[in-house]
Amino acid sequence: MKGNFIDNLPKVYGIYTGGFLGFIILMAIGEQMGMTSKAIGICFVAFTVAIYALIGWLSRTAQADAYYVAGRQVPTVFNGMATAADWMSGASFVAMAGGIYFKGYGYMALLVGWTGGYVLVATLLAPYLRKFGCYTVPDFIGTRYGGNLTRFLAVVVLTVASFTYVTAQINATGTIASVALDIPFQYAVYVGLVSILLCSMLGGMRGVTWTQVAQYIVLIIAYLLPVFWISNKMGAGFFPHFMLADEVARIGELEQQFGFVKNAAADLKTVPKGLAGITKAHSAVNATPWAFISLALAMMMGTASLPHVMMRYFTTPSVKAARKSVGWSLFFIFLLYSSAPMLATLSKLSLIDPSLPTGIIGKSIAEVQALDWYQNWNAANLMFVSDFNGNGTLELNEFFMGGKAVVLATPEIAGLPYVISGLVAAGGMAAAMSTADGLILAIANAISHDVYYKIIDPKAETAKRLVVARVLLVVIGFAGATIAAMEIQGILGSVIWAFDFAMSGLFFPLVLGVWWKRANKEGAIAGMALGLASGMGYLIWVRNGGSGFLGITQLTFGIFGSAVSLVSMVVVSLITSAPSAATQKMVDNVRVPSGRTII
Amino acid sequence: MSKQDQHWEKTRGLLMVTLAIWFVFSIGIFLFGAEMNNVGGPFGYPLTYWFTCQGSLGIFVILIFWFANRQEKIDEEFGFSEREDD
Repeated sequence: MKGNFIDNLPKVYGIYTGGFLGFIILMAIGEQMGMTSKAIGICFVAFTVAIYALIGWLSRTAQADAYYVAGRQVPTVFNGMATAADWMSGASFVAMAGGIYFKGYGYMALLVGWTGGYVLVATLLAPYLRKFGCYTVPDFIGTRYGGNLTRFLAVVVLTVASFTYVTAQINATGTIASVALDIPFQYAVYVGLVSILLCSMLGGMRGVTWTQVAQYIVLIIAYLLPVFWISNKMGAGFFPHFMLADEVARIGELEQQFGFVKNAAADLKTVPKGLAGITKAHSAVNATPWAFISLALAMMMGTASLPHVMMRYFTTPSVKAARKSVGWSLFFIFLLYSSAPMLATLSKLSLIDPSLPTGIIGKSIAEVQALDWYQNWNAANLMFVSDFNGNGTLELNEFFMGGKAVVLATPEIAGLPYVISGLVAAGGMAAAMSTADGLILAIANAISHDVYYKIIDPKAETAKRLVVARVLLVVIGFAGATIAAMEIQGILGSVIWAFDFAMSGLFFPLVLGVWWKRANKEGAIAGMALGLASGMGYLIWVRNGGSGFLGITQLTFGIFGSAVSLVSMVVVSLITSAPSAATQKMVDNVRVPSGRTII
Repeated sequence: MSKQDQHWEKTRGLLMVTLAIWFVFSIGIFLFGAEMNNVGGPFGYPLTYWFTCQGSLGIFVILIFWFANRQEKIDEEFGFSEREDD
C-alpha cells in the first residue's frame, strides 16, 4: 500500500492541484453570485486547513523510522517541494515583497543569502549527513564527536535558534486566522496551533512531509497567480519576470521627479506605528558593499546550519537523491523569491504613477481618503496618508504603508476580485504552517531522540519513545503559541536572529565534522558553547546601545559568533588529542556515498 | 594513494570549484554593486538589480544541479556510487 502511494505521488498531487484550482473557480463563481468576502475568506482557510489535517491523519504511524525520517523514501522532487514549504515562512510570503518595496537593494541581500545558502547545504553537508543515517542534527554531532555533552549542546543551539523562529510563525498563523475567521488574535493563535499540530502529531516527519508538499502547491499558486494577473491587467507584460524593465526605469524617473523629501520628526510621530513611507531608491544600489555582503553571508551560513532544513534531506532514499533534492528545493524557492521583486515593482508603480488610474500620488488628499480600498486598509492599520505640507495634494512623502500590505493589498488596489485576496490568505497560512511544523518537529525530535532516548533512557521501547515525542510536540507548540500571543517582537527581526544563532553555534561544528578529521570532542564543545555565547553576547550588547564593530549589526551578529566558534574549535582541537581511530574511520565512511549508513 | 584518498581528493577539488563560483555570485560581484548597476543587464534591468532579483538566484540553482552531476560522475569513477534506488 505504501509503495503504491509513493509510485502514485504525481497522480495524487496532480488531482489535488486540479481540485484546488477547481475550488478557486468555485469561489470565484460564488463571489459573482453574491457570496460575501468574509464567507470566501473563511472557506479558503477552513478548506485548506481541513485538507492538511486529513493528510496528517492519513500519514499516522507507529514506527520510529517513519516518524523521524518519513521512512527515508521521499522522492527528490517531492522532497524539494516539501523543503521549499518548510523553508518559506510566513515572513517570506507576507513580508518579503514589502521589504523589497521599502528598502530596495539593501534588503535584497536576503534574497541572495537565503538562496546562496543552499549551495553550502548541497556541497558541504546534506549528502554527508544523509550517508551518516542520523535522525536529527544533534544525532550527527553526538555520534561524530562522542559524549553526551556535545549532543546536549547541539540540542541547546538547535532549540535557541528554532524556538526564536517558531514563535514568529505561530504569530503569523494567528494573524491570518484572526483576519480570515474574524476572531480575536489571542484565540486565533491557538486555532493556528491546533492546525499545525494536526499535521505533525500523528505522522511525525511523514505527516509533515506530505502536508508540506500540499502546502507548497497552495502557497506557490497563491503567490504567482496575483503577480501574473496584476502584470497583465496593468499592461506591464504577460510574463512579468522578463518584462518589467520599463516599469523599473519608470519608478526611477518618478523618484527623480518627486524626490525623497525628509519628513519632520513631529510629522512622523502622527504616523501609526509599523507603517513606513518610500524613502529609498527602488533599483539603485543604496547600501555599502560590506552591509550587503555581511547580511548575505550571515544568511547563507545560517541556512546551512538550521536543523529543520537539514533534516529534510535525511528523508531521501539515497545520498545521490539528497544532492539532487537540494537543487529541486532551491528551484521551488526560486519560483517565489524571483517573483517578490516583481510584485514590489508592480505594487509601487501602480500606487505612485500619476498616469495610471490606480496612482494616488498627486491626487487630492480628500479623493484618496474616499477610496474604498484606502478605507479598508487604513482601518486594518496598514495604510495612512496625511497632508503634512497643507497643499491639499498627496505627495510621495505623505503616503505610508505597512510592509504586509504589498502582498495583501495590491490585488485589491489593482482591482482584482476578492477571491484572490482569499487565496492569498490561504497561501500565507500554508507558508506559516509548513514552517512552524518543520520547526516544532525539529525541536521535539531533538529533545525526544537525543535527550530522552540517547541520554536519559536508552532502553526505551519505540512505542514509549513516540509517546514522548508527541507529548513534547504539543508542549513546545503551546509554549510557542503562548509567547506568540504576548506579541513581543516583530515577525522579521526574530526570523533573522534564528539564522545568526544557528550559524554561531552549529555551522563550524557541522562542517568540520565532515571536512576536518582532526576535529575532536573538546573542540566541538568549545565551538558550540563559545560560538553561541559570544553571538548572543554581541546581540545583547548591541541591543543595549553597544556600538558594535566591523559594521556587524544585530542582524549579522552570527558573523562574530561563528568566527569565535571557528577559532575556538580549531585551537582547542589542536591542543587536545586527536579523535580515536574508530572515529576517523567513521569520517572516512561518511565521505563515501555507497555502503551502509553509519548509525 | 588508496582509491578512497583519490576519490576524496577529486571530491575536494569539485568542492573548491563549486565554492569559487558560489563566492563570485554571492559575494564577489557585490563588491562592485554600484559600478555594475550602471550597466544594462538581461531583459533591460540594471545589472546589479538583475543579479539580486534573478541572476544570482538562478545561477545557484544551476550550480547545485551541475555539482550533483559532477559528484555522481566522480563517485561512479571510483565505484562508490549507490545502486539505482531513486
